[in-house]
Amino acid sequence: MNNEMNNRISTAQLANPELADVRVDEDSEDLSRSEVLLKGALAAGAVYGTLAVGPYVRRALGAMGGSDVDILNFALTLEFLEAKFYAEAKSRAGAKGELKALVNLLAKDEKQHVDALKGTIKKLGGKPVAEPKFDFAYSGTGGFLKLAQTFEDTGVSAYNGAAPMIKSKEVLTAAGSIVQVEARHAAAIRLQNKAEPAPMAFDKPLAEKQVLKAVEPFIA
Amino acid sequence: MDTKQLAGPQSRRKFLAVGGGSTALAAFLAACGSDDGSATADTTAMSSAAKSETAQFGKGDVGILNYALTLEYLETAFYADVVKSGLFKGSDLETIRKFGQEEAEHVKALKAAVKSLGGKPAPQPKAEFPLKSAKAVLELAATVENLGAAAYLGQAANIKSPAVLSSALAIHSVEGRHAAVLNTLLGESITPDGAFAVPADVKTVLKSVEPFIVG
Repeated sequence: MNNEMNNRISTAQLANPELADVRVDEDSEDLSRSEVLLKGALAAGAVYGTLAVGPYVRRALGAMGGSDVDILNFALTLEFLEAKFYAEAKSRAGAKGELKALVNLLAKDEKQHVDALKGTIKKLGGKPVAEPKFDFAYSGTGGFLKLAQTFEDTGVSAYNGAAPMIKSKEVLTAAGSIVQVEARHAAAIRLQNKAEPAPMAFDKPLAEKQVLKAVEPFIA
Repeated sequence: MDTKQLAGPQSRRKFLAVGGGSTALAAFLAACGSDDGSATADTTAMSSAAKSETAQFGKGDVGILNYALTLEYLETAFYADVVKSGLFKGSDLETIRKFGQEEAEHVKALKAAVKSLGGKPAPQPKAEFPLKSAKAVLELAATVENLGAAAYLGQAANIKSPAVLSSALAIHSVEGRHAAVLNTLLGESITPDGAFAVPADVKTVLKSVEPFIVG
């Protein structure tokens, strides 16, 4: 183990005392679940900074609950919100020219996400959640763009936060395929907003609770 | 996997056609393999590694991270060359500079992640890119970013550690953002695959970048 590794572990241990008891054996071919998680958490720490290691371990362990259907229904709720938002925006956002075309594209994509998620949930034997009633308080093109940016960025972070908990490989790839499109939407909306399209080198994951808190004001 | 499906936008097909063609990739991959100190690992690990698409870059998650690292090295070198080329000014240059900085951060993070898993980071490939005109460069950039995003998507389900997956996803969506911006600059669709992004397998991705690796 090199020095960098030792440094990282000791920093992680300082920040997260619960990690101090977990042993990482580099030579072991038969790693326990917690060892695999810790090693992964250290890798994540390298990306996000060591302070993030604790939450990752907890989240990864927590991921052993929550079924794929639960996660898909959480995603479906967000897609319902986005689909409705853009469907309304067609007649409400005052979008013209390039932006009008973008709104139409986004409305179409989000509707397809809704349909795909519903289909996958049913295929897994689950029941798709009902569409909530939404109330989007904005006015004008500027108000629309501001809200669109929030929704798209939140959508990216929501998928990125939930995806590691998905058990089925097929479902994971499908979620990845959707989140990449959400990221593309986010960048395009940000360009329209004259905002940095990719403001950070790493899109932060958000926990379900944080996402629901962010979208709560729009559920009537 | 259907190669026609993976071919994607026009720029991706162009990407396959440009570049001088090179056998340096094979040598580069051999160098990656020789870095893997675990050649004497037990047969179970060996056989599971042999099935992995990214085994040539290392075992398991280390192999996937090293595969990603190789692509990020290429992207970083590409943007650095483009910034130096003088082909861009103003906001386009700022965008390119910003994307290049982000790719460099990906490189740094992936190297650290490989080390954290006890692996050895893949070496930086030597690369050369054709920088003929601003339009050609933007097309190449768009292709590289669309391909990069597709490469991450293609590996997501193979990643074992949820935390490594979380890190890979955090990068994947940024590649998607970059791709959308470059597509916009070219007047192409931000979502060339439609509402669902299409993953790319390792073979397709490596074949596409091969022309730019010189040693």
